[in-house]
Amino acid sequence: MSLELDDRQQGFLDGKRGKAHQLAMQLVVKAATIMAAPRLIPISFAHIDACFFTGQPHVDFIRFMLERKATLAVPTWTNNSVASIDDSSLRPLHSDPEMVAGAHELMRGYAALGCKPTWTCAPYQLAGGPKLGDHIAVAESNAVAFYNSAIGARSNKYGAYLDVACAITGLVPFAGLHTDEGRKASIHFSCDAIPDAWKRQDIFFHLLGHHIGRVAGRRIPVISAVPKETTADNLKALCAAGAAAGGIELLHVVGVTPEAPALDAISDAHETIAITRENIEAAHRDLSTAKDGPLDCVALGTPHFSITEFSELVRLLAGRKVKTTTLISTSRGVREMLVAKGWAKILGDAGITIPVDICTYYSPKIQGLKGRIMTNAAKWAYYAPGMLGVEVCFGSLQECVESAVRGETWRDPDLWRA
Amino acid sequence: MTTVLHAGNAQGAVLLLDEPLSFWGAFDPRQGIIIDVHHPQRGQSVKGKILIMRESRGSGSASGGLAEAIRLGTGPAGIILVEADMNLAIGAQVAETLYGKSCPVIAISPQEFAAFSKNAYLHITDDGVEAPP
Repeated sequence: MSLELDDRQQGFLDGKRGKAHQLAMQLVVKAATIMAAPRLIPISFAHIDACFFTGQPHVDFIRFMLERKATLAVPTWTNNSVASIDDSSLRPLHSDPEMVAGAHELMRGYAALGCKPTWTCAPYQLAGGPKLGDHIAVAESNAVAFYNSAIGARSNKYGAYLDVACAITGLVPFAGLHTDEGRKASIHFSCDAIPDAWKRQDIFFHLLGHHIGRVAGRRIPVISAVPKETTADNLKALCAAGAAAGGIELLHVVGVTPEAPALDAISDAHETIAITRENIEAAHRDLSTAKDGPLDCVALGTPHFSITEFSELVRLLAGRKVKTTTLISTSRGVREMLVAKGWAKILGDAGITIPVDICTYYSPKIQGLKGRIMTNAAKWAYYAPGMLGVEVCFGSLQECVESAVRGETWRDPDLWRA
Repeated sequence: MTTVLHAGNAQGAVLLLDEPLSFWGAFDPRQGIIIDVHHPQRGQSVKGKILIMRESRGSGSASGGLAEAIRLGTGPAGIILVEADMNLAIGAQVAETLYGKSCPVIAISPQEFAAFSKNAYLHITDDGVEAPP
């Protein structure tokens, strides 16, 4: 089966719209050929990662596009950066001139291209995004998984440059998760054996995601016996942990996610794997590299903290101040909501720092923190020991808040009571 | 079956990798050296080599890592895979457009892979892989 292009698409490829659109179409056609797609289909939205500085080619790529008058075909939002234009103290120019100057040029460049400057890895927390059934192009792994799973929009994981190419052409290869048959689950996990009380804890979904990612790898899992009250924050945790630990791009939760009203609606799986208490306990041990003790930092917001997570945090904090350096990464969009609700002042008065625009992994690094760091985010706990050389205590949101207030790890005696 | 992922001509000494390599995080593009402590060929340079590995380790940032190595002249002369990899193909295309430097990427069958892996020197052409007589 070979790829068929219509006249307009062929015109792009032949350079009739100029060099920028030609390169963009070359990249989309290359991807389509490798994926054995029969044709290209239009998208309605993109979220790009090429704005995240990894080296000079990223800067040269956006320069090439801007100098040759590239335009975007669809609304395009941006992933977080390695620096913040908003707050240069997070990563001063002198700390790494090439990286910071490059990051700032990328941020200005993609804004000039016409992107909405959201600078967030959790774009699904902002209003105006894609809907059920929409074809979209997304690069950031947790956002790919969340849009596919929780929203039911359709995207494969598009790497750097290809993401921008899809946004410029407004096209993706019709293959993989864009097709109905490509979205069927092939592995079924049941949470039947897990106590209901566990399923109401935020930490459960991080641990479940980590375990399922490990077992499923790149397959599409369907999960059953999860309460229908499961929240968007729970699904964020599940998706981010599963994408980090296993490369999951889509998961279904029966009775919760939109494409799985019932198990047989979405599953081709022939066997059921029971999730056990031991699986969840093992995931907890896997994500906790440090013994409990005095903390050097509490790091939250991977992916970026939502307004509902902040709401819970303000409740748990109950007017107290933190003793440990506490960083909560979020987007500028959610920060505006915080300011509007009066919570930004409450959190500031409590001694909590809220970086925006940037990736959480960079917060402790920027501030030179080492040692024992506590988090409630499985994705952060998974990458931080390798990327940052820190030790991680993993806990629930309540455990993280209490620990931040006390300056040392606090464990909730009721957390695992069934 | 041969699939040309990014067309071009290249030749060089073979570097056969025992494990997949990620061009982001596991590789230093400034020096062209494998830096992943878990990789059996850690410390080896890919510069100017025909790099042979069954598959690339996936990351959406691998395209940028390969493009940077091609830009700096520290990258491989060409890449031979079994599992077609989109990120390396995209990285090679972007580097060729931006910098005019070629790094062909090609996927071949497991049987061809087994045969060509024994060669010390290989050519990548527009049609496939050739061993010099």
